[in-house]
Amino acid sequence: MREGRGRSSSSEGRGGRGGDKKDDKKRTLFRRRKVCKFCADKIDDINYKDVKLLGPFVPERGKILPRRISGTCATHQRKLQTAIKRARQLALIPYVTE
Amino acid sequence: MSQVRQYELIYVVSSDATDQQIADLHTQVEEITSRYSGTLDKTENWGRRKLAYEIGPNKEGTYVLEVITGSGELMKEIDRRLRVSDQVIRHLTVRVDEENRVIERARTLRKEDSQRRRVARGLPPERQPGEGPQRQDDDDDRFGADVEDGM
Repeated sequence: MREGRGRSSSSEGRGGRGGDKKDDKKRTLFRRRKVCKFCADKIDDINYKDVKLLGPFVPERGKILPRRISGTCATHQRKLQTAIKRARQLALIPYVTE
Repeated sequence: MSQVRQYELIYVVSSDATDQQIADLHTQVEEITSRYSGTLDKTENWGRRKLAYEIGPNKEGTYVLEVITGSGELMKEIDRRLRVSDQVIRHLTVRVDEENRVIERARTLRKEDSQRRRVARGLPPERQPGEGPQRQDDDDDRFGADVEDGM
């Protein structure tokens, strides 16, 4: 019984704090929209020979940067993927780096 | 009956190979191409490059790019030859004609579209020098800057 009452009072307290939480959520939701580099710069040709172009999408570890982070659109991410994989075969880009 | 297509061939020659051997490889490719009645459109030697990872004992390699128009059989024969060769450590053949066509079409469509809209706004069809936003490369903070934000 006593425990139950204690809980109810604490939940009231949480209710009071709820307002702050909402503000918190709003702030985290407000984020700059990412744009696809290839759409924005109007790059039609994602070529495996162009290591400079592919570089920013292959971070330190050698993995392909996911779309959710780079903001690349699906079409261009697909092209990017084949280009990176081809470049890897030719040792232009590493498969893994320790 | 074989169709004529455009291919891009890149091969990486071992760093021990002499310039003479690289030239020999090139003439070999040329020879096969002419034998199968194809044409060699472009040759580019990228010179010695560091490899992204070691391939056997090699840390460096010479990259050679050839653009060839010909049949699939021709490419098959070149592929076979390069596979057998000791000096070639990597090679890759990619068919490029269709992709190039798509890229070309996208480019011309965009250009026509922009010209049409510029004319509709009463401007000359081509962009004049000094017109439009001038963006420096290091101003571009859309990538890399807020990577952690997205995690």
